Amino acid sequence: MYALYISLVSEFYKSRKTLAFWAAILLPVIICGLISFGFYSDAEKIIANHYPPMVLWAHYSGAALGVMGFLIMPFYVIFMAFSVNNIEHKNDTWKMLFAQPLNKFSIYAAKYLYAVLLIFICLFLFATLTYAFGHLLQVLVPKLNFNQYNPLNILVNSYGKLFLSSLGILSLQFILSLLWSDFLKPMGIGFIGTIMGIITANVGWKYAYLIPYSLPALSLKMTKVKKGGDPLDFPVFTQEIWTSLIYALVLFIIGYFIVTKKSIK
Amino acid sequence: MGNYAIETVGLNFNFGNQVIVKDLSLQVPKGSIYGFLGPNGAGKTTTIKILLNLLKSPSDQVFIFGKEINSNRIATLKRIGALVEQPAIYGHLTGKENLINRCILLGIKKTKADEMLSLVGLTEAANKKASKYSLGMKQRLGIAQALISDPELLLLDEPTNGLDPNGIIEVRNLMIDLATKHQKTILVSSHLLAEIERTATHVGIINKGQLLFQGTINELHLLSKPVLEIEVDKIESASSLLTKSGYEIIAKTEKIITIPFTSSQKSGELNTLLIQNGFTVSSLYQQRKDLENLFLDITKTN
Repeated sequence: MYALYISLVSEFYKSRKTLAFWAAILLPVIICGLISFGFYSDAEKIIANHYPPMVLWAHYSGAALGVMGFLIMPFYVIFMAFSVNNIEHKNDTWKMLFAQPLNKFSIYAAKYLYAVLLIFICLFLFATLTYAFGHLLQVLVPKLNFNQYNPLNILVNSYGKLFLSSLGILSLQFILSLLWSDFLKPMGIGFIGTIMGIITANVGWKYAYLIPYSLPALSLKMTKVKKGGDPLDFPVFTQEIWTSLIYALVLFIIGYFIVTKKSIK
Repeated sequence: MGNYAIETVGLNFNFGNQVIVKDLSLQVPKGSIYGFLGPNGAGKTTTIKILLNLLKSPSDQVFIFGKEINSNRIATLKRIGALVEQPAIYGHLTGKENLINRCILLGIKKTKADEMLSLVGLTEAANKKASKYSLGMKQRLGIAQALISDPELLLLDEPTNGLDPNGIIEVRNLMIDLATKHQKTILVSSHLLAEIERTATHVGIINKGQLLFQGTINELHLLSKPVLEIEVDKIESASSLLTKSGYEIIAKTEKIITIPFTSSQKSGELNTLLIQNGFTVSSLYQQRKDLENLFLDITKTN
């Protein structure tokens, strides 16, 4: 456990000055900031629509969730998986890392966990900032009715699902980035996978849930469908989430065997 | 076995069908500076990677401080500091940050980083990004990383690569210091014998994966047989006279004939023979083949 902990600390130390780390913070700040600014400058029109408070929150948070689920989230995960491994490929430091008196599993698991952690931080900030900026808008434009509904449950559930459903992609991309040192191969495969995922999720193909890349979109689709009724009614652990978690676990274990067999040239 | 820091017993290693290391039996005594010599591609780096368990060796062939490496990987690695090929440095971090990262991984105090920087003379460049370092500075940082855990055994793969003459001398002195004052064992690889000759106490010469010589530096010196170089006119007829008289000619240039040296008396007799036959001998001297040529010879015959 100590080996895992120090490997994790080292991962943070190494990456704290890189874009990969800051992307986890900047991405939610920028996107939530832009959406809130949009709402602020369009406040007159929105007030004129007389949305009920819950629908207003749904519109507001859906703006970020929609872009995230379909496009940004898969690419962000692909980028995270890439950058955590690329830091070693680029500097040719795999051999140094595996020559340290640490077991290989800790080194591998720390990298994986760090990527999971960055994704979690990113989504956590999205949820937090959506909530905070919503209330900020309320202060700036008192005529809005953000304060009449508590969206925490929707936010936590939606972003929680998004997080869990993206772990399958993460494990898959993690292996690809582990195997190949270049940017194009994992990125290319990830891009094709994401496009495939979006299409299959949208046309509602029966087996779309078997493609890891379609899972974030699928999991959010369910959320949206149910929004007409009681928004708190949707289950978190749906088929997509289970599929994602199974993918994540199986591929994580396979990745470990790849690491132990990996020849350090 | 107890006296060796490193011992390999008939070590074999292949990449697919390609044999990289063949029946290698290294014996590196504790406290020695072991010069691991061989031309490029001889298998030196592969051997060092095996010693670090980066490449998996067959069981019971590699022993570090008497312990089998595969079954004692972590305990063994704790006692080793290494610099393999190009130093492994994160370009986006400063020199100091690179060392601090290593401290984190090793669980040692971060103040060690400053200590190491001053040891390798990088204090002034401590806060400069490592990607901006020159080749020599990177090499120094690599050495600092290898030394930071204060290991008993150091594996240095061509540590003077890219260093200027001053840097080479500094590294050389540092190695001697570490071995004599701090009782470290150092395995240092090189393709230049002259480099090794000044520091090493023991030498192993490898070519095409096979160990061709192993012993102390003095034993290596003894191997080089002395020769007699004769500077003489009319070289063609002189050499045919010598051959006729039963001398073995090793080499012949436009001015100099080289034959094996046996004794001073024989050299005198040979001189008389040449003069009596009307040749002018301008010089005649005993020469010890230098180690560089010896090294070439050893690796050539393989």
